[in-house]
This record gives sequence, structure tokens and C-alpha cells, in this order.
Amino acid sequence: MVAQKITIEPVTRIEGHAKVTIRMNEQGSVDRAYLHVNEFRGFEKFCEGRLVQEMPQITPRICGICPVSHHLAAAKAGDDLFSCPPPRPASLLRELMHMGQVIQSHGMHFFELAGPDLLLGFDTDPATRNVVGLLNANPELVVKAINLRKFGQEIIHILGGRRIHPVFAVPGGVNKALKPAERDTILAGIDESIATLKIGLDIIKKWAADNMKVINEFAVFPTGYFGMVTPRNGLELYDGNIRLIDSTGKELVKFDGRNYLDHIAEHVESWSYLKFPYYKPLGYPKGVYRVGPLGRLNASDLLETPLANEEHKLFKQLNGGKPVENTLYYHYARLIEALFATERVRMLLDDPDILSTDILNTRQVNKGSGVGIIEAPRGTLFHHYTANENNQLTKVNLIVSTGHNNWAMSEAVDNVAKTYVKGPDVKEGMLNRVEAAIRAYDPCLSCSTHAVGQMPLELTFVDAQGNLIETVTRG
Amino acid sequence: MAKPKIASDWMCGCAGCHMSLLDMDERLALVAELADLRSTPITDLKEPDEGGVDVGVLEGGINNTANEEVAHKFRKRCKILVALGDCAVFGGVPAMRNFFDLQDSLRRAYVEAESVDESGHIPDDPELAQMTKVRAIQDVVKVDYFVPGCPPSADVIFYVLSELAQGRKPELKDDLIQWH
Ligand code: SF4
Repeated sequence: MVAQKITIEPVTRIEGHAKVTIRMNEQGSVDRAYLHVNEFRGFEKFCEGRLVQEMPQITPRICGICPVSHHLAAAKAGDDLFSCPPPRPASLLRELMHMGQVIQSHGMHFFELAGPDLLLGFDTDPATRNVVGLLNANPELVVKAINLRKFGQEIIHILGGRRIHPVFAVPGGVNKALKPAERDTILAGIDESIATLKIGLDIIKKWAADNMKVINEFAVFPTGYFGMVTPRNGLELYDGNIRLIDSTGKELVKFDGRNYLDHIAEHVESWSYLKFPYYKPLGYPKGVYRVGPLGRLNASDLLETPLANEEHKLFKQLNGGKPVENTLYYHYARLIEALFATERVRMLLDDPDILSTDILNTRQVNKGSGVGIIEAPRGTLFHHYTANENNQLTKVNLIVSTGHNNWAMSEAVDNVAKTYVKGPDVKEGMLNRVEAAIRAYDPCLSCSTHAVGQMPLELTFVDAQGNLIETVTRG
Repeated sequence: MAKPKIASDWMCGCAGCHMSLLDMDERLALVAELADLRSTPITDLKEPDEGGVDVGVLEGGINNTANEEVAHKFRKRCKILVALGDCAVFGGVPAMRNFFDLQDSLRRAYVEAESVDESGHIPDDPELAQMTKVRAIQDVVKVDYFVPGCPPSADVIFYVLSELAQGRKPELKDDLIQWH
């Protein structure tokens, strides 16, 4: 047979736009598959000249799925730039909003985006392999999932006045205190959310038990693991040092994220608008690592909430105490984190400071530059600003969560394509598996393309010389 | 009568308008009853049916050659085309890029950024779309309904979709009009 190139475009049930090309050889097997992130927006440039104080409102427009991450990272960069650490109650309230986002984002991903593959199957008809198909198959579960997402979104709404693009954090703190009645409304939703997450955990554990073979052949590879930790190396999502471990579990470095330039650099490839970050001392690609739920659970020794910690212990056993390398376990890790976030909501609301009105530090001195870091649902997010004496930005550098996973996603695409895509008669289900490899990382391509937002999947068939023979776009 | 078909896609936006659509919460089931959801970013069909759909919804402005293709395909295949959100209606936040030279923006991100190493260069693989000025959808293809807001609230989206799905003309006025 002739060599071919397959293009999958757009990749669906991921956030943003991407395209995959798979180059096949004459024998009908895969030579190499590429993930192309195909959009550029240019936030880093067009924020120049704007005020630092505007950034918590501008940067959430990078991503409507995790706007709170950008909102808070921008405010934290402002805290640093104006040397005005927020009073404790403000930090608690910001973390509360962040937990709302982790719950809604992880919940939605598991049930609404990845759920159709896991619950309906990779090979089901694409016309029904979606949340509506799931709704018909299991309405009760979908209603629970909707309520879980609603719980997270309502926390954001209560604090920031809106579910998407809230108006809340400012350099030095937040603009509104929490009222007792609002606290009680949130408290009332916790039990139901925990119950739903436990159902989700049962589903993924059963799915894992039934699909061991798939899990162990589907994009399993070593990398470093990267995430924020508490002083005890517990999982941390709002504020803390960054810890990087290697593929054997050994700590490579722990650093204050404000010094990120000493530790990470970004590599550029011509075939993607998304850059490839890596750990500088090891170079590229030796220094690549994974972030997000799998990266964070691997990089932390414990979870400092009771139910999630029990789940984390089980998770740590999956690879005998060594880092868990299987791409598909991202789904499992994501639910454990959502459980952690829900338990954190209760701890934050029980804190006596949570209703305090001491929420803003107004003693602000412009020191010219600042860095804000947060663990967004998909991984570590960096905002780095430089400003003139009028508080106008002169330089903006953003390293977004999904970017850190760029190498791993590309590797996963190549790996899964080589395992499952066999010519000449390429089946839709084979390609859906390639997409599922990307989906496991829950990439946020809006974020990734801040610089650049589009993730289509199309199969292009080329011959060994790279000449295009045929393009199949699934419709 | 067959249910009306709805398709949607996102272009140069942030996905926030689609998230606001999901914020309809339990009313999503109602929309799924009223209409047949075809290709959308959260379902698995890749593009609107060749035979056409009744309502097409686009989020985001038009920022590159790939977006242009999507807009033309939607216009061709959708009886009614809705521009959802500020980006789709007038370009929104991403249109701030038009104040800068495109090459300068690309250089800032891929060459000059503090964290980029010596491999820095502007990505130029033929697989990648070519960037253009950021435009409203109306600048490229005709739009039938404009729904502003960043994002429009779930209530507004529910109102617009349920009216269209039932063959009526949505009228955005009073509280249903948002510019923020
Ligand atoms: S209008 Fe706002 S919410 Fe919608 S895509 Fe644009 S930035 Fe995002």
C-alpha cells in the first residue's frame, strides 16, 4: 500500500483547538504522530501598556474554563509587584474561590468530557459518544455531575459576582468579604458533592480493574513530576513552593516559584504554537516533566485532608510507591484532587478568619516586577509582570499549565498512534483513542494559546517523502 | 417533526461562552430535548452536517485562516447563524492585538519571552494556520443574531437557544442585553 498521512481535526472534548497529524509508512504502520496547537492570540504583547491592576480582569479572557486561575495568578503577581501581601482572610477567600474552580473544572472533565469514552466506550458511535448520549444512558449520574459542577461554579459566583470571569481579587487582597448566610449556602452543598465524587471514584476504579491491559499499554512513559507543595510536601493548590521529582521519585529541586527563570526554560518547535517547558539543568528534552493532577499527586507525599489522603495512599500503591506513569490514571488523579478541594472548602469555611472584613492591604509600593504562581486545575501557572513607575506593564511573560504537558501530550499521541492505528483501513475508534490520549491531560488550549486556542483533529496521509496523498477529516 | 439541529464551535475566544452555555445546568437536559446537538466542541462530530443544520452558534472572533474556514463552513451549512459573546460580536479582548504589529506579537512570545531558550523562533510549519487581524464574525460572513456579553449569562443563552429551537425569533432587550 502507499504511505499515508492522517489528520484528526478538530480534536473534540478538549478545551480549545488542536490538530493531530499521523504519518504512516508503506507497511501501514505509524512513523510518527504530531500534536499541533494551532492558534496564537498574543496576550503577552497586547497587555503591554495596560495597568497592572487591570490584569485580573484581562487575563481570565485567556481561558473561560479556568478563568479563576488567571484571575488569581494576576492578583498574586500584583501582590508581589506592589509588595503588598494580602491579609490572611483575603488569602483564605481567594483559595476558597480557587477550590470552587478545581471542583467545577475537574468534575466537568471527568463526567462530561472524558466520561463518554470511559462509560460509553472508545468505539461507540461518535454521534452519541457525548454528554447527551450519557444523559440518555444514565440520567441520574449526569444530573449528579451537573450539580457537582454547579456547586463549584456557585462558590465562584458567590464570591466574585459571576460564574465566569469573576470580579474579586485585586493586588493586596479581595474586594468583598464573605457573609454568614453565604458561607452556610456553600456548606450545605459539600456532602452531596463528596457523595458524587465517591461515585466517580468507584467508577474509575472499576473501569481501571476492567481495563488493566489498556491502562498499561496506553501512553505509559517516564518523565519528571512537578507541582506545588505544603511545607510537609503535601498537595497544595493555592500557594507554596514548587517541587520537582524525577521518574524514580527522587526530589530534583524545590524552589520558590518567583525564581522560576533559574529552573525552567521553554523550547520552541516549528510545528506547534505551544512552547515546551523543561527543567533547565537537565536540558531539553531530558528535563521534561508532567504537571496537573498526575504530576501533583506524584510530586506530593500526602494530602492534608482525611478522605483524599486515604485515596492518595491507594493511588501511591499503583506503581509500588514509585511515580505513577500511566496517562489514563490522570482521570483517577483528577477525582482525588476534586475530593481534596471539596474537603478544603469545608476547612476554609470552618476557619474563624473566613468572615473577617480585613481583606485588603492598601500599603502598596511598586517595585517594578512581580511573579504570581498558582496550581490551576491543569497544572502550574506563571504570570510574570514588569511595570514602569505609572504601573503600566512593559513586559508580560506567561507560562500556562497545559504548556508544561506539551511534550508529554505529544509523546502520548505518538505512543497511542503507534499502538492502535493500523492501516490501511483506519477505523474511527482508533483515532478516537489518539484523541483520548490528549483528553487525558485535559489540555486547556485556550490557555496554551494565550500566546497563540484551537485544537482540531484531522488525519493526513503522506508518502515516505512527505507528499500529501489524502486528508480525512471526520465529520 | 424532527428536532431542529444545533451545531456550535469556538474560534478566537476563551471557551467561556461555551462554559456559560453549560452553566444552564439542569436546563441542558431541556435543550437536549428540544434540539438535536450535532457537532460542538463537547460532542464528537467534527463539523456541522453536510446536509445542513438549523442553528449554528459561533464563539470567538476570527484570528486566522483556520477560523475563516470554520466561519464560511458554518455560514454555508447553518440556516441561522448566531454570534455568541463579545469576541464573536466585535472581536472582544483578543482584538486588543490589532493595536500591535503581528510579527512583534509573535516575536515577543516565541523569541523574546524571558523563559524561551536559544531554540526560540516563530513557528512556521505548513500544518499551522496563518494568523491575521482579529475580526468580528460579521466582518467575514453574515450573522443573523448577535448575543453580546463576556460571556452572555446562562439565562440569556437558554432564552436564545430555546426560542430558536422552537422556531421563534429571540429578542434581546432589557436585562437580556449585557455588555461586560
Ligand atoms: S466573549 Fe468573553 S467569555 Fe466569550 S469567548 Fe470572548 S472572552 Fe471568552
